[in-house]
Amino acid sequence: MATDRLSLVFGALADPTRRAILTRLTEGEATVAEIAAPFEVSQPAVSRHLKVLETAGLVSRTRRATARLSHLEAEPLREVTTWLARYQRYWDESHERLDDLLAALQSDIQDDPVRKPAAREKGRGK
Amino acid sequence: MSKTEITAPPAVPQVIITREFDGPTDLVFRAYIQPELLVQWLGPRDLTLTVDCYEARDGGKWRYVHRDAAGNEHGFHGVFHGIPSLDGIVQTFEYEGVPGHVKLDTVTFEDRHGRTLVRTVSSFQCLEDRDGMIASGMERGVVDSGERLDSLLATLQAT
Repeated sequence: MATDRLSLVFGALADPTRRAILTRLTEGEATVAEIAAPFEVSQPAVSRHLKVLETAGLVSRTRRATARLSHLEAEPLREVTTWLARYQRYWDESHERLDDLLAALQSDIQDDPVRKPAAREKGRGK
Repeated sequence: MSKTEITAPPAVPQVIITREFDGPTDLVFRAYIQPELLVQWLGPRDLTLTVDCYEARDGGKWRYVHRDAAGNEHGFHGVFHGIPSLDGIVQTFEYEGVPGHVKLDTVTFEDRHGRTLVRTVSSFQCLEDRDGMIASGMERGVVDSGERLDSLLATLQAT
């Protein structure tokens, strides 16, 4: 995804009300009144938030009879979560390996001078 | 079991990573500055890390390469600034696949009753660099948006 779009998505997600709206929309499409109900903000304010989310491509709106329904567009979220998940996975796995290394180094220190060669392999996990 | 916390503030070109480790500060610090220890933990298990140089001193250079099973290589290099200590390992970081987009990393080590809290602050030159660098990718990774939405929102909420 183009980085400016990623910034747009990050910007849209920066607001707690907008994140709450997205969370609501994971349950299914809704009208502005339905979205506004649990919040202490007016329907026009919710409409403005929806506009920001729509610009970022996170929400699309359709008309059914007289009601205007908003629903979640998962793709930009998938892209942004992929971005974070990659970073998260890189560091999660590095840090798990560092846990193992620290355990091995400390068991070496404790075992010294009677070294147990097996200690290094213990707790290595996967 | 501690968990790696990653926050990406929406308006500031930084990524902040915190993690607590079960070990004294000096030992964790060594794992960060000694190349023979670094190769044993940095990066996912399916990548091999080769360190070309890692001169942990003021003005010292570092360079390492991640290699995957298919032989693809990703090189990274930079320079250490100041004498690395528990108060901070300060180094520049550049992915050779996207030259010119240099970030500055500061890693600090804080004693937590015999355990160590490691905090890494990565400062990018601009938001586009931060958002673009990882998008240009070290790895593949497809995740289900529904499943991941909660954790994404939690991550962003924490900022």
